[in-house]
Amino acid sequence: MRSEWNGFTGGNWEKFVDVRDFIQKNYTPYEGDDSFLAGPTQNTTDLWAQVMDLTKKEREAGGVLDMDTKIVSTLTSHGPGYLDKDKETIVGFQTDKPFKRGMNVYGGLRMAMKACEDNGYKVDEEIVDFFSKHRKTHNEGVFDVYDAEIRKCRSNHIVTGLPDAYGRGRIIGDYRRVALYGTDFLIQDKLAQKESFGNVYTDDVIRGKEEISEQIKALKELTAMAKVYGFDISQPAKNVQEAIQWTYFGYLGAVKEQNGAAMSLGRTATFLDVYAERDLAAGTFTEEQIQEFIDHFVMKLRCVKFARTPEYNQIFAGDPVWVTESLGGMGVDGRTLVSKMSFRYLNTLNNLGTSPEPNLTVLWSTKAPMGWKQFCAKMSIKSSSIQYENDDMMRPLHGDDYGIACCVSSMVIGKEMQFFGARANLAKCLLYAINGGVDECTGVQVGPKYRPVEGDVLDYDDVMAKFDDMMDWLAGVYVSALNIIHYMHDKYAYERIQMALHDRDVKRYFATGVAGLSIVADSLSAIKYAKVKPVRNEQGIVVSYETEGDFPKYGNNDDRVDEIATYIVTTFMDKLRKRHVYRNGIPTQSILTITSNVTYGKNTGDTPCGRKHGAPFAPGANPLHKRDTHGAVASLASVAKIPFKDAQDGISNTFSIIPGALGKEDQVFAGDIDLDLSK
Amino acid sequence: MVGHIHSIETCGTVDGPGMRYVVFFKGCPMRCLYCHNPDTWDPQGGEEHTVEDLLEQYDSLKHFYANGGITATGGEPLMQMDFLTELFEKAKEKGIHTCLDTSGVIFHQDNPDLLARFDRLMKVTDLVMLDIKHINPDEHQKLCKQPNENILDFARYIDEKGIDIWIRHVIVKDITLIDDYLDELGYFIGSLKHLKALDVLPYHNMGEVKYQNLGMDYPLKGMEPLTKEDAVYAREIILKAARRRRQDDAAKESD
Repeated sequence: MRSEWNGFTGGNWEKFVDVRDFIQKNYTPYEGDDSFLAGPTQNTTDLWAQVMDLTKKEREAGGVLDMDTKIVSTLTSHGPGYLDKDKETIVGFQTDKPFKRGMNVYGGLRMAMKACEDNGYKVDEEIVDFFSKHRKTHNEGVFDVYDAEIRKCRSNHIVTGLPDAYGRGRIIGDYRRVALYGTDFLIQDKLAQKESFGNVYTDDVIRGKEEISEQIKALKELTAMAKVYGFDISQPAKNVQEAIQWTYFGYLGAVKEQNGAAMSLGRTATFLDVYAERDLAAGTFTEEQIQEFIDHFVMKLRCVKFARTPEYNQIFAGDPVWVTESLGGMGVDGRTLVSKMSFRYLNTLNNLGTSPEPNLTVLWSTKAPMGWKQFCAKMSIKSSSIQYENDDMMRPLHGDDYGIACCVSSMVIGKEMQFFGARANLAKCLLYAINGGVDECTGVQVGPKYRPVEGDVLDYDDVMAKFDDMMDWLAGVYVSALNIIHYMHDKYAYERIQMALHDRDVKRYFATGVAGLSIVADSLSAIKYAKVKPVRNEQGIVVSYETEGDFPKYGNNDDRVDEIATYIVTTFMDKLRKRHVYRNGIPTQSILTITSNVTYGKNTGDTPCGRKHGAPFAPGANPLHKRDTHGAVASLASVAKIPFKDAQDGISNTFSIIPGALGKEDQVFAGDIDLDLSK
Repeated sequence: MVGHIHSIETCGTVDGPGMRYVVFFKGCPMRCLYCHNPDTWDPQGGEEHTVEDLLEQYDSLKHFYANGGITATGGEPLMQMDFLTELFEKAKEKGIHTCLDTSGVIFHQDNPDLLARFDRLMKVTDLVMLDIKHINPDEHQKLCKQPNENILDFARYIDEKGIDIWIRHVIVKDITLIDDYLDELGYFIGSLKHLKALDVLPYHNMGEVKYQNLGMDYPLKGMEPLTKEDAVYAREIILKAARRRRQDDAAKESD
């Protein structure tokens, strides 16, 4: 066994890239409580004060402190950057100084230029010239192929947020591989993969071999990038500090190369804990030191920044990076995957204070150890910064080494990836069905010129038949746009380093999404159970509705309308599945607009459910605002009926509750009353 | 049989153990000055439900209630005692944990028919949350327009039956936030062998808007919501007195 691996239990992972095997053979499940955790060191507190100061200055400067306008960001584009070199135990920034945003051009030149201009900067003439004349971008490639129909769908907002001008993201490199194997081993593995294609040169083989060559180059550049900081990552990490540093370098390479819509970290904690346990046992590091490494790692993750436009920030409600780290979960063998490191990650919310990034996501299982559940609850109450996802639901599908990209997209680390596909506006699709493909806001014939609804009252069967046809059309045009986008992204903005940290043959989920589910469900319910009269303008376009009588509303655990919602999800998914999909992708669907509901609302006219033009959509699979009148559980029960198999890319339900409604305050309430006579 | 139900809260987290399906019954004979649900006083109106349709809805949500159950509150659920009994009997058949949130005001020990009906209900009640509004009979009369002797009888009655008891007590400045009364209350509840919890409820004025909506004057107009510190203070006095009672009772037994 290699000396860096001394003390580890060997296995398949020694000969082949197999991080899961390493974790399973070596990790220590932790079933205790949070009492072992260490607080912040003075260095941590000092460094964080520096970050807070920079954050303040950035805010005062209008949102951006500094941007690169001359150097295109690549793995090796910048010299080292530090906050305070002597105090940092984990190092590395995207550019040569903290809070200076890099310039990513391969996704699209116009977007890069606009991101600079909107923030008061200007991209260097030479860069503009080069990318205009000599090097095509993803964005240019896509628009070379888009047809008039797709363009109309974009500009009329029936498909929105398409990653056709920015990085698609949602790919998680297995950054742990850098730590466990070092880049030399990974390069050897990639060389063998390249040979394994053989010499029958189909399109797929040519592309496969070219991509792997790019991956190898990227691994070499990653090695060079680490060298700038004085580290040799060609060899495996020797201790926990190096393991964290190597893992972070892998991630740093990704965020230097790609300005993706979500740049998630994966599932690193319990992997790193194997090193921590070895170092604790050998006395190499103390608990306080290990917590310091994690604090500094997380501090770096909180400082990841991209150059973005105000429009982008509007769609995503802020400037999120989605550095999602998936914590805990259960192993398929029944052991918990919670380790002490899982606790240390959550403890950064104590040591550094709360933050939306990294997006700490607990893979919740009813079988998780009580100490972990209690610590999660405690930290949730304290920080409101923890996301929870259902491990018991996802484990049967993905096994026990999957992670979450962005907010809900699950994928096996290093073995599965996703083509991110934004979403289609189903509420608008229903209005197109009613108006024969004419947009209710712009009056433009966007969809096919089918027969619009006639008469004074909407008939359920008639509307449903028309809606079915219109969904067919929408699924077609939507998947076409995505096929073009992902073809061009692979061609002009390929995620070299992230894919270098994947297996040769990855499973590609072809992610789609829908917005407006609750509007569609309530609208169809209104048409079915009440009397809905269409109101037409002078051009004969239905622009509003008059509804007489009451109707069941989604969000009240009422099957009459909940069945309409689940029917729509399954029907639209089936229509997507019928389409040709780029690169043998597996179509999936999400119902998860978390941030863009205001924008959707502005661009969607009156709907038969009574919602007015401009009123925001409900987030994700949520019921419409104030339509759920039977309490939170009934509302959640409606959402829970949506079949995961037809919305495998995630179903979100955004839910806030005042603390007092979550249970009794233990200072006031005396449960399991203790009237011990000795007291 | 049909029950008159004011409303249903499917996500009840403060009315009994675990997460609960909470049924708010219509009708209440008490007129507590601080009542925050005056819209439940009238026994008429509300939604009409059968026991079957309530339990059917419960069933479709039962995964959420794995550590909880069903709570009857109101209003005063005992005003519709027959419906309540049927609800709890059918719930117990399904193995559902039943909790009754009551003021106990309906109880009268010397009425054999009524007692028989209570006996039947208590057979299917796992937990009683008894809200003792005031320990002093005169003050109780002033606060609620009802006496409290029968309420304290009810406490002893359920304790003898061996049913788990939570005592709830609303703390209002100048009304119940008075050391002597808190002590007296604690000394009383210390005698209950099946006391499992004390739920001190700090007075809040969130009910005031309901009075406006009903066109009624709010009796405690201007009363400040109780601070958490005062609630903790009240809790400690009650618990201290309850411990003293336990000690006194233990001493008596060993005599």
